[in-house]
Amino acid sequence: MGLKRKDILGLQEMSPDEIETILETALSFKEILTRKVKKVPTLRGRSIITLFFEPSTRTRTSFEMAGKIMSADVSSIAMANSSVVKGECLKDTILTLQAMKPDLFIVRHQASGAPHFIAGMVKESVINAGDGMHEHPSQGLLDMLTIIEKKGRLDGLTVAIVGDILHSRVARSNMWGLTKMGAKVRFVGPETLIPSEAKNLPVEVYTNVEEGIKGADVVNVLRIQRERMTGGLLPSTREYSRLFGITKERLKLAKDNAIFMHPGPMNRGVEIMPDVADSDISMVTEQVTNGVAVRMAMLYHLLGGTEDAVVA
Amino acid sequence: MTEQISQVMDADDIRRALTRIAHEIIEKNRGAEKLGIVGVWRKGAPLAERLAKIISQIEGVRVPVGVLDISLYRDDYMTRQPKVGKTDIPFEVTGRTIVLVEEVIYTGRTVRSAMDALMDMGRPAAIQLAVLVDRGHRELPIRPDYVGKNLPTSRKEKVDVQLAEMQGEDRVFIVKKKDP
Repeated sequence: MGLKRKDILGLQEMSPDEIETILETALSFKEILTRKVKKVPTLRGRSIITLFFEPSTRTRTSFEMAGKIMSADVSSIAMANSSVVKGECLKDTILTLQAMKPDLFIVRHQASGAPHFIAGMVKESVINAGDGMHEHPSQGLLDMLTIIEKKGRLDGLTVAIVGDILHSRVARSNMWGLTKMGAKVRFVGPETLIPSEAKNLPVEVYTNVEEGIKGADVVNVLRIQRERMTGGLLPSTREYSRLFGITKERLKLAKDNAIFMHPGPMNRGVEIMPDVADSDISMVTEQVTNGVAVRMAMLYHLLGGTEDAVVA
Repeated sequence: MTEQISQVMDADDIRRALTRIAHEIIEKNRGAEKLGIVGVWRKGAPLAERLAKIISQIEGVRVPVGVLDISLYRDDYMTRQPKVGKTDIPFEVTGRTIVLVEEVIYTGRTVRSAMDALMDMGRPAAIQLAVLVDRGHRELPIRPDYVGKNLPTSRKEKVDVQLAEMQGEDRVFIVKKKDP
């Protein structure tokens, strides 16, 4: 059974069934990554354009690998080298690329909602690879896959998301996905880095890291996004590190078999201490592997099958 | 639309057919040393397990078993999206004679996909095909090496294989759709 949608723009608008379908598919795709010949012919002849208006290594590479393993043709456009620097607007960029007849766009943009704007103007599928402070659905899905693999379920678990929640689309996608699947989500961070709308969201807010981690099954630590801080939110990264940095000692407050996750890139010594990052309970590299599998599943479900008529 | 159902194999028939196929596999390959049995997900999987068990009992060697999901290799992905199953082949395919196991062969397209999938895992010494039921209507130049039962059917009919591992009982039915 396929997804009955044209685009994947966020986990907020997806149903638990859809999320489960993608995760199940991704789980079975992981086996392909262990083969000697890491290629299946499924998406042969389909073309994908990745359009990144913001720097990214892991997400873009992960989508590219996912597409290539599925035999799709992937073209990547880094905006620094594109005609955007010559003053072309988003709409014209998309119209130009659309005229080259791709089947799917993967878009990252610094403005929340940019992928939605594109999805509304093209008939091709669009995947949001991160838009502003809004959503990053593939990261949310790969985090959920990592938790399911280690914990066997999502339902009833407590997930503490620690750090710069305010600027984090990862936190938002995790929150929507996890709560839909029956997990409890905590936002943990200094008050200046917790969004003011958090009181209307299905989360518990903690401004004390010890309390926030206590009893959690999963501790998902976010990067301190210095490039998004326009000043005044944090006195210094050193102070943040002292008050909120995840140390081995602090992690002991979580459940005995708790796992640690981080979407990367990690700032070692700031939000995460190296001994935690390198420990057995760190899922960081597993998350990266799962990212490829999840993105393969997303492409698979968006690009195939028309038997169940697609409604946008 | 009503359906007319008639049973064409019972548990004993299936058991005997599998036993005969096991003997034929051993005879043709002069033993079971270099064999690997691979069931096509989903109903081929339990049949592969059973064949491997029977062969092991006859020959006294353990025959490795795997399961192959072919949904990513189908030629109809653009029209329908199959639910993806599981692939788990816990042995080296290269150099082995692989016996593919499927419950029913019809157009032959599944077997074509399965051969492609298998080739991506390595280079088997040979691929052979065992099916419980051959219902005819091939669309590709593919012919099974081992057949449990030849069952002439019309394209309007459906062959329903039920297995103890999945449906609780071993049975094969022909389901005829009749216009009211």
